[in-house]
Amino acid sequence: MIGTAPRLRPAAQRGLGEKLAAVHWPLVALLLLIGLIGYATLYSAAGGAHVPWAWRHGVRLAVFLPAMVVLALVDLRVWLRLSYPFYGAVLLMLLAVDILGEINKGAQRWLDLGMIQLQPSELMKVALIMALARYFHGTRPDGAQRALVLLPPLAMILLPVGLVLVQPDLGTAATLLVSGSAMLFMAGVPLWKFAVVGAAGAAALPVLWANMHDYQRQRVFTFLDPEADPLGSGYHIIQSKIALGSGGLWGKGFLHGSQAQLSFLPEKQTDFAFTMLAEELGFVGAMLLLALFLAVLLLGLVIAVRAVSPYARLVAAGAVINLFIYVAINVSMVTGLIPVVGVPLPLISYGGTAMLTLVVSMGLLLCADVHRHLVIPRFPGER
Amino acid sequence: MQQEADRTRGFSRRAVFLGAAQLAFFGALGARLYHLQVRRSAEYTLLAEDNRANQRLLVPPRGRILDRLGRPLARNVPTYQVLLVREQASDIRRVLDRLAGLVTLTPAEIEEIQADARRQRPFVPITVREGLSWDEVARIAIRSPELPGVVLDSALLRDYPQGEALAHVLGYVGAVSPTEQEIDPDPLLQLPDFRIGKSGIERSYDKALRGRAGLSRVEVNAIGREIRELDRKEGEGGADVRLALDLDLQRFCAARLSSELSASTVVVDVRSGAVLALASVPSFAPSAFTGGLRRSVWTELRDSPRTPLVNKCIRGQYPPGSTFKMITALAGLEAGISPTVQVRCQGSVSLGAARFHCWKEHGHGRLGLVQALEQSCDVYFYELARRVGIDAIAAMAARFGLGQPTGIDLPGEQPGLIPTRAWKKATFDEGWHQGETLVCGIGQGYVLATPLQLAIMTARLANGGLAVTPWCARIDGEQQPPAPGPIGVAKASLDYVLRGMRDVVHGPRGTARAAALGVPGVEIGGKTGTSQVRRISRADRDAGRHKRKDIPWEQRDHALFVCFGPFEAPRYAVAVIVEHGMSGARAAAPIARDILRKTLEIDPAPAAPASVAALGGDPA
Repeated sequence: MIGTAPRLRPAAQRGLGEKLAAVHWPLVALLLLIGLIGYATLYSAAGGAHVPWAWRHGVRLAVFLPAMVVLALVDLRVWLRLSYPFYGAVLLMLLAVDILGEINKGAQRWLDLGMIQLQPSELMKVALIMALARYFHGTRPDGAQRALVLLPPLAMILLPVGLVLVQPDLGTAATLLVSGSAMLFMAGVPLWKFAVVGAAGAAALPVLWANMHDYQRQRVFTFLDPEADPLGSGYHIIQSKIALGSGGLWGKGFLHGSQAQLSFLPEKQTDFAFTMLAEELGFVGAMLLLALFLAVLLLGLVIAVRAVSPYARLVAAGAVINLFIYVAINVSMVTGLIPVVGVPLPLISYGGTAMLTLVVSMGLLLCADVHRHLVIPRFPGER
Repeated sequence: MQQEADRTRGFSRRAVFLGAAQLAFFGALGARLYHLQVRRSAEYTLLAEDNRANQRLLVPPRGRILDRLGRPLARNVPTYQVLLVREQASDIRRVLDRLAGLVTLTPAEIEEIQADARRQRPFVPITVREGLSWDEVARIAIRSPELPGVVLDSALLRDYPQGEALAHVLGYVGAVSPTEQEIDPDPLLQLPDFRIGKSGIERSYDKALRGRAGLSRVEVNAIGREIRELDRKEGEGGADVRLALDLDLQRFCAARLSSELSASTVVVDVRSGAVLALASVPSFAPSAFTGGLRRSVWTELRDSPRTPLVNKCIRGQYPPGSTFKMITALAGLEAGISPTVQVRCQGSVSLGAARFHCWKEHGHGRLGLVQALEQSCDVYFYELARRVGIDAIAAMAARFGLGQPTGIDLPGEQPGLIPTRAWKKATFDEGWHQGETLVCGIGQGYVLATPLQLAIMTARLANGGLAVTPWCARIDGEQQPPAPGPIGVAKASLDYVLRGMRDVVHGPRGTARAAALGVPGVEIGGKTGTSQVRRISRADRDAGRHKRKDIPWEQRDHALFVCFGPFEAPRYAVAVIVEHGMSGARAAAPIARDILRKTLEIDPAPAAPASVAALGGDPA
């Protein structure tokens, strides 16, 4: 691994080469490996062709993974200073999306910036953990236990959650709520407060149900009994389960998943990419992929624990939480444990925004590791 | 500083907790995957297979119908059609325009094909033209590089090489009706292009001709496109059905009848009941039905008073007239009335206020049974009928197969009608009048019979009283019906009747002396019949109108003749009915004579069972 001596020097004073040497390369390698598995999966999804998905996935990997390393080399304090402005900008974008949706009379999740389409709700996943990390970095060490101190971060969480709910995007809203709560937990908020909020939330469920869109309710119904509507909304879940189950222990072989290759499996290149992989590579292949993700998660937690500054620790934990939520929701969804909510599997599924979000999260995680010995004052001027 | 250390410890604890939670969650996901992929794998594998594989029926070729010598009467001929697959034709319009230069395609047809193509999925072939000639096929095949997406396909079309001569016997095939789908579970019937026997032999032997479907399992994707064949189970082609019928005799019959406006004939083997010829004119071209019928043609066929669509041999019901007199005669003989008892015919008899006329205005004088048959004296049979009563006549008629379906293996047979007292009570709620007995005694009034029934009646007379039933085909391997049993009429009685029938042709005063074959040493037996279509009123009779040729065709009398031969050892029975032919002796008898002579020439009877041969060998 990496020598110990250079790390003792303040990171800010280190040269680029030293910083590069300090990057957690095993983690980068793991992410690259997962990305390559994604490439193979998309190659198979196209019936054994690089077009239309695999090669673009590859291009993204080639651009994003180096970019992730670049993010890691930037001084962590830069990210700390950018946390609030970034959060604010993304919040404004969310607002813009909502307003556009209101004008266009329909669901709107994308912000068309001409060159690229941005999904602000995805960016918010990163912005939220940055902002919360920034906030708790600035509080007194016991701050997380005071109710008054907790009001601003609650607002930071609920504001974007509300804006995303309005879009309406139940899945992402729930994701933000869970990752925000997990951040509060990691920041040291007492457990009993979670219990109180949890109880309040349970009490609010009927209200939420009453305000849900029909298609959202339908998703819940479908989840509860997918066979009731096999050709309608239950089709995805049934076909996914058939694909998984028929894959068996060892799978049908790469490029030989009948469910996926004959198009019975819907959205095999995006949300159901994991199903496709598990059909062709079997239980063993699926578990190997999950093990890779788990390794990234646990390494991330190690990084979080060994960092010195609260910002580094919380940002690292947030990155882990983000990845975990992606993987947990996607795999639960395709195995029929939760309703179909349209969450992709990062680095495997085709799609730019999710990969971007993940790469930024992972870049912050790596950055926190590179700068784990850096002591950052609670606020400018404090010594 | 202490607080900071606490916070760090707290963070580490919570990180461990978070890690443990993640581990647990992944464990749960692993368990779920294990459940789906390992424990329930077999079940889901089946479902995936269901998804993947479509079963497609392979249509077996329909069996042929052959005559007794194996000559094809119904067969399958390949027909070529040209199809177009949209996704392979880059520009449908251009391809169709090019095709129009090779086969005739009107602009309207091109429009229609394009509309068809738009409605279908791009990989489904669209029919452009059916029934291509071999020349057209060749032209398209040569130009195929310039015709992307154009596919030539061959199918089997049912063909009836004998055309009209056998249309009624063979019937035809047609599209399956919903009712037929309901009562027959054969999956073949669910196929949209499948053809099923609609009438005639095609219908009655449909199951044998149809064969059994094969099965091809093909891999399909989610939108139903076939990817490849997985496996294939060949079906069983339909069996050929061989008829007892003789093609030459059938053609002869049809040709011989063709000079008449509307007529029918049946030739049966008197010992086995095998139908050797069965012709009804006018007929229709069966190809009109397989190739799609024009509406005007259909209407004309359906509405013609000559009923070309009806097989009159089994569906035409006529008063048998004097051909029924054998039945009345036997009823008298079996009732114990001696054949030597003489009746004096003065041209008519009176019963109450009614007067019943003989066909011979001035009477036959005194005659016994044999002479009465020979000269077909109505008064004699009025008297006989009066003595035995209607129910005895009806019972005798039933023994000869009249008044009930013969059970021939052709669909749509009519039962004819033999009235009884009970029948009249049930039908009209009226009592029986004795006058009706007299009329029925000469085969008029309510009595109705089909040509087939008359042929079978004649066969049962000629074979010495064996209850033969008619049949067209026997399927190999199927249980054969038992040899016909006796109908229970004394041989002596039969002999009197047969003698009378011989004298009809060969007697000095026979009514059908023209029916003699003209072959030295070969005698036959026969009986004329001229049955009234409308009641002859007194005014008609007084004006002499009832015999005149100028009455409308539809009101003229039917002409009938039944016969069998050779007289000494009967082999064949023939019944001929010429609708509105006016005279059995003049219109029907010559036809029957020619047909019987032709039958004897060909001698098409299948080898009869030994017992039948023994019993039927010496009728006289």
